[in-house]
Amino acid sequence: MRYKFFFVCLTVLLIGSCGENIPPVESSYETKILYLGNGTEPKDLDPHTVTGVPESKILMALIEGLVIRHPDGLEPLPGMAKSWDISADGKEYIFYIREALWSNGDEVTAHDFVYAWNRVLMPSLGSKYPDMLYDVVNAEEFNKGLIDEFNLVGVKALDAKTLKVNLKNPAPYFIELLAHYTTRPVHKATIEKHGKIDSLGNQWTRPGNFVGNGPFTLEDWKLNQVIRVKKSPTYWDANRVKLNEIHFLPIDNVTREDFMFRSGRIHVTGSVPTEKIEVYREEYPDQITITPYYGTYYYRININKKPLDSKLVRQALSLSIDREKITAKVAKGGQQPSFSFTPPDPNSYFPPTNLEYNPKKAKELLKDAGYSPESLPPIELLYNTSEGHQKIAEAMQQMWKETLGVDIILTNTDWKVYLSKQTTGDYEIARAGWIGDYQDPKSFLDMMVSGRGNNQTGWSNKDYDNLLIKAANSTTQKERFSHMYEAEKILMDELPIIPIYTYTRIFMKHESVEGWNPNLLDSHAYQYISIKDK
Amino acid sequence: MLNLILRRIGIAVPVLLTVITLTFLMVHSAPGGPFDEEKAVSAEVLAKLNERYNLDQPLSTQYFDYLAGVLVGDFGPSFRYPGRSVTELISIGLPITFELALYSILFALCIGVLAGVLGALRPNTALDYIPMSTAMIGICIPSIILGPVLILVFGIWLEWVPVSGWGYMPGDKILPIITLGTAYAAYCARLTRGGMLEILNQDFIRTARAKGLSESRVVVVHALRGGLTPVIAFLGPAMAGLLAGSFVVETIFGIPGLGRFYVEAAFNRDYTMILGSSIFFSFLIVTFNLISDLVAAALNPKLRD
Repeated sequence: MRYKFFFVCLTVLLIGSCGENIPPVESSYETKILYLGNGTEPKDLDPHTVTGVPESKILMALIEGLVIRHPDGLEPLPGMAKSWDISADGKEYIFYIREALWSNGDEVTAHDFVYAWNRVLMPSLGSKYPDMLYDVVNAEEFNKGLIDEFNLVGVKALDAKTLKVNLKNPAPYFIELLAHYTTRPVHKATIEKHGKIDSLGNQWTRPGNFVGNGPFTLEDWKLNQVIRVKKSPTYWDANRVKLNEIHFLPIDNVTREDFMFRSGRIHVTGSVPTEKIEVYREEYPDQITITPYYGTYYYRININKKPLDSKLVRQALSLSIDREKITAKVAKGGQQPSFSFTPPDPNSYFPPTNLEYNPKKAKELLKDAGYSPESLPPIELLYNTSEGHQKIAEAMQQMWKETLGVDIILTNTDWKVYLSKQTTGDYEIARAGWIGDYQDPKSFLDMMVSGRGNNQTGWSNKDYDNLLIKAANSTTQKERFSHMYEAEKILMDELPIIPIYTYTRIFMKHESVEGWNPNLLDSHAYQYISIKDK
Repeated sequence: MLNLILRRIGIAVPVLLTVITLTFLMVHSAPGGPFDEEKAVSAEVLAKLNERYNLDQPLSTQYFDYLAGVLVGDFGPSFRYPGRSVTELISIGLPITFELALYSILFALCIGVLAGVLGALRPNTALDYIPMSTAMIGICIPSIILGPVLILVFGIWLEWVPVSGWGYMPGDKILPIITLGTAYAAYCARLTRGGMLEILNQDFIRTARAKGLSESRVVVVHALRGGLTPVIAFLGPAMAGLLAGSFVVETIFGIPGLGRFYVEAAFNRDYTMILGSSIFFSFLIVTFNLISDLVAAALNPKLRD
């Protein structure tokens, strides 16, 4: 009897556990299924309410906007709009919608875009990215509840296939915004079948309910396990799509992701463990990819706290940082030292780069500010718990101590505490990072306008704000960039934020994946990606 | 027996109420809120979200509203996953965590009982020392170390089994089961050995042997029944411990179980999910302890009063 029990136990274990074991990446030569490490589990798949990078990668497969991004250079390519006209003053756009279908067979029309933009801008939906559309006439006013009539907002369907958009001011980057998921259309009947236009947590994003117009359709969503999308037969450019399926695997642990890549579970990782970067650069140079990324790693300074309220102290802090040393000896991931808030050269904008490493001058400025190494109080440096941030914080602590004699107290907290401390101003210096939502300096400089949600430094400068208003009203890109340049000069003189380095994207990619070209926003349209034959 | 059950239920109610109250107070006093994000949300949006999730009410109102919901089985909506209720998340994670815990306990029993019996039959020999020393090591190595080591050896170097997932690829359940089950197998081995050693010295075993029964019959039919009592008493808390403690293994292997939702909820300040899971885990622990006591009482009449 007891023997039988053990036998049953063993059989259950074996049946439950064993089987043939072929790594998915190996079998993908045949199946043409792409397996991607996709960071944390997405909160939702509603393009109008989500904010994260994992969500944006999945939405890229499911819903297409008026334009898509070119897989190499990111310049806008026709998506749902087959072409568009821009008026001479740069304020009126006419989009001609192509013959395209939703995944349920319905036609995509200009009305879908009007409906979608109305939804994004409804204050009651609580979208976190309505500012993507603030260049449209009256969009901001409608979103802030100053006007109630959506008819007054500058977006109209002239007919089923023609969309007219009126802007407040010429915004040369506007076309690029239309690749962002917040501006993409949704299928009205589907939304309203599962809730109201503005209901939160609408069930339309579940598999079986989801209706999209992208190159793939949502097949399966197993929480914390996989999101599976399948090639869409109704997509307008279906012939270009070479992948049969994409499996997005939520992997929020960089070590596990590394294990999964090495055992052939995923084609592309989201990151690489910092300590492995150098090893992989030597051992697997074909698989590790390091590319520039449109983001800046910086330190945010609370200018309401003494002694950081003094511009000279902030300048002294910046002058004491050897950025070259930090990127080469500490970060070690190919990052570039950053001497401006805006990363260099998107669309030919060249930011001012007057920041330097000059310990002697730093000491002088400290003296000018009325402080000596002895009189300078200890300063707290806040960062969210992470080995990478800690190493950089320790390097900064050492540099500041050596040059200025200031004691830096390192404080690491979990992510939510870290965010809340900055929102409430309960910090002195905090580590921060910002990745541009689109390739334009506005994506960075707008953040530091007085009172903006992500300013969080207490810094406010009328000249800076005015220059950005002037930039928005400029008629030419050259004029616009010159105002932005002046604004950034003020920012880099006042230094409510101290830039440290320009990010790189570091990831592993299996040799079988083709068309995954590096670009500044790490944005990859899946219709251009394929898995080669063995 | 009925008395025992009633007494235990009587204790369980205040225990659960205390868990709810303490957890509620702790999650609400933790700094950082569920809607703090890197891209700062506007005051209007924040107000809308707070209203939607009842966070605009005074804390006492929120507490009593929550209690009223729990009484009718409504644990509220998840803050992390819009449109999903806590009950839905528990029902997604629980079967997986339960399967993992069940396989692990079976693994622990198979290995532990076998090693314990062998050790008891040949005490103070190599057959005793080797499994018992191994068991001691098994108890000492935490799963957070054992898991990655097993992954590296069997998943990466030998390429025998997948390194993560649960039912996604054949064989991906092996390493998590071993990682989670090892410590419990070690406990089982030591408990079985102790229990068996005591029983094997009893008069009725001597009688059985004197009757000329084969050694295997003596061990399996006569000795095991009594010898396993400590193991059975351990099974209840072990099962509860496996369910509640599986989050480490779930995190290491990327298993979409309840433990992983629980940890994620804590990091995301998903108040309702933290509360829901805490209540649920407390309920499981109370229940498994009760079952374990009942089984032990059924096997040992001395415990029935």
